[in-house]
Amino acid sequence: MADWKTPEDLKYTENDEWIRVSGNTARIGLTDYAQDHLSDLVFVELPDVGDTVTKGEAFAAVESVKAASDVYAPASGKVVAVNSALDDAPETINSDPFGDGWIVEIELSKPTDVDDLMDAAAYAKHCADRE
Amino acid sequence: MTYIPHTDSDREAMLAAIGVGSLDELFDRVPEALRFPALNLPDGQSELEVAAELNGLAAANIHAGDYAIFLGAGAYNHFVPSVVNHMLLRGEFYTAYTPYQPELSQGTLQAIFEYQSMMCALTGMDVANASHYDGATSLAEATTLARAHFRGKRTKIILSPGVHPQYRAVARTYHQGNELKFVGDKGSATIPDLIDMLDDDTAMLVVSYPNFFGQIDEFAGLAQAVHNAGALLCMVVDPMALGLFKTPGELGADIVIGEGQPLGIPLSFGGPYLGFFATRKKYVRQIAGRVVGETVDKHGRRAYVMTLRPREQDIRREKATSNICTNQGLMALAACVYMSAMGKHGLRRAAELCYHKAHYAAEQIDALEGYSVDMSKPFFKEFVVTCPRPVDEINEQLLEQWGIIGGYDLGQDYPDRANQMLIAVTEMNTKDEIDTLVEALRDPDAHAGHEHAH
Repeated sequence: MADWKTPEDLKYTENDEWIRVSGNTARIGLTDYAQDHLSDLVFVELPDVGDTVTKGEAFAAVESVKAASDVYAPASGKVVAVNSALDDAPETINSDPFGDGWIVEIELSKPTDVDDLMDAAAYAKHCADRE
Repeated sequence: MTYIPHTDSDREAMLAAIGVGSLDELFDRVPEALRFPALNLPDGQSELEVAAELNGLAAANIHAGDYAIFLGAGAYNHFVPSVVNHMLLRGEFYTAYTPYQPELSQGTLQAIFEYQSMMCALTGMDVANASHYDGATSLAEATTLARAHFRGKRTKIILSPGVHPQYRAVARTYHQGNELKFVGDKGSATIPDLIDMLDDDTAMLVVSYPNFFGQIDEFAGLAQAVHNAGALLCMVVDPMALGLFKTPGELGADIVIGEGQPLGIPLSFGGPYLGFFATRKKYVRQIAGRVVGETVDKHGRRAYVMTLRPREQDIRREKATSNICTNQGLMALAACVYMSAMGKHGLRRAAELCYHKAHYAAEQIDALEGYSVDMSKPFFKEFVVTCPRPVDEINEQLLEQWGIIGGYDLGQDYPDRANQMLIAVTEMNTKDEIDTLVEALRDPDAHAGHEHAH
């Protein structure tokens, strides 16, 4: 299915995570492309508040009916909030990947980490290239 | 009958396709001296001759049926109803290897599901896996769960010295090289002593129920203390004891493990045995081992499948919950058949027989001059006897002159328990056997010069 949503105000990773920066904090989740390819999510393994995340390293995991996948940090920092609503409703990532399906909020330790990430247009092309 | 499907013309065609003149040419890289060496084997024998030779070899061993057995310490001479073997030896169960495709193996999957369900009922837990190798491995996997649950933030595992020494050794071996510290079991710490060791670095506290010495410890307040410290409580249990005593679930355990050999599995010189593992629902995604679940097929009919697979190696590789990805399917089936045949009441009856026979034996032995039995705590089917002589001396006489396999020499594992014997009494020990044991302990030399023939 082509035409996955790619909101303009976000930055994207090659592993299909998005990051929305506001000031010194950022929200992180999985993209529409990711949820479409994973299919129905059944479980999300969240980190603890206070955990350190490192750019490029796995900090969470998701399980769908098809696969189990790690979620990688687009930037380094400290977890300040986790979306515990996903414990009972992991499928929110499928229905609203950029909104209520957010996974964690972090306090950025190095704001320049996001500089090398893709913008919406580059990410849309990245998705199209893989189909 | 030939088991190789290739014909000569198949072989010729294959050789021609790869441009090789003969099969021998395929081996020309192997040095000539090592190719097809001459083997100095005797002529083949008939089935009759082979059977006679093997039976002769087997007869050199004594086995459980030949002697009165009072040895336990983790593996017990319990009764195995004949129905167990009738089910186990069916080819569909006996020879199938990892038969878990739901399209083909509903019988196997249902048997495992029922085994899991019965283990939950027996232990008072929410979920059980399809088993591990043995009780010791189950303890190692419980430790793995505790480590994963706290994501490495808690590194201490408190072990009661009353947990089976081999289980504690295996858990340490399994976790060598990682950050976990195993403490608490070097001396003779009591339950209150272990509770004092709890701190915010404790991931799990492990006790045995009954303990290795056959005793039932006082567990009041234990679960609460462990949970107040934020840690997990693991109980190592004898499944036969659960026919009589409160479930670990009622006592507040988070993980229940143990050795399932008492449930319809013979002694078999040490194995195969059955490690069972049961826990609360909230930990289910962190447990190791296979798990069978119940679902419906596309026609709405009940069906069984392996489930929660993303815990396992073929999906998560190094992030799987364990590096061991197998179970003891046939032994789990044995336990399932045993528990079904015995039922709740049968299991209780077997446990009662063990309890009463052990207490009868303990009283008789305690009355002997020079012997004393530790009856300071309630006990189930094993008890500790302090003997007037070294245990190995007594056991040698019992074996050679009385036809009795005596109890376990505790001095091997607990340096301050020299001359202490751990005696096990099960439903298989008759009153006559127990009375003979008492007579033999009273006066071991009475049968001197009589070799016990078997």
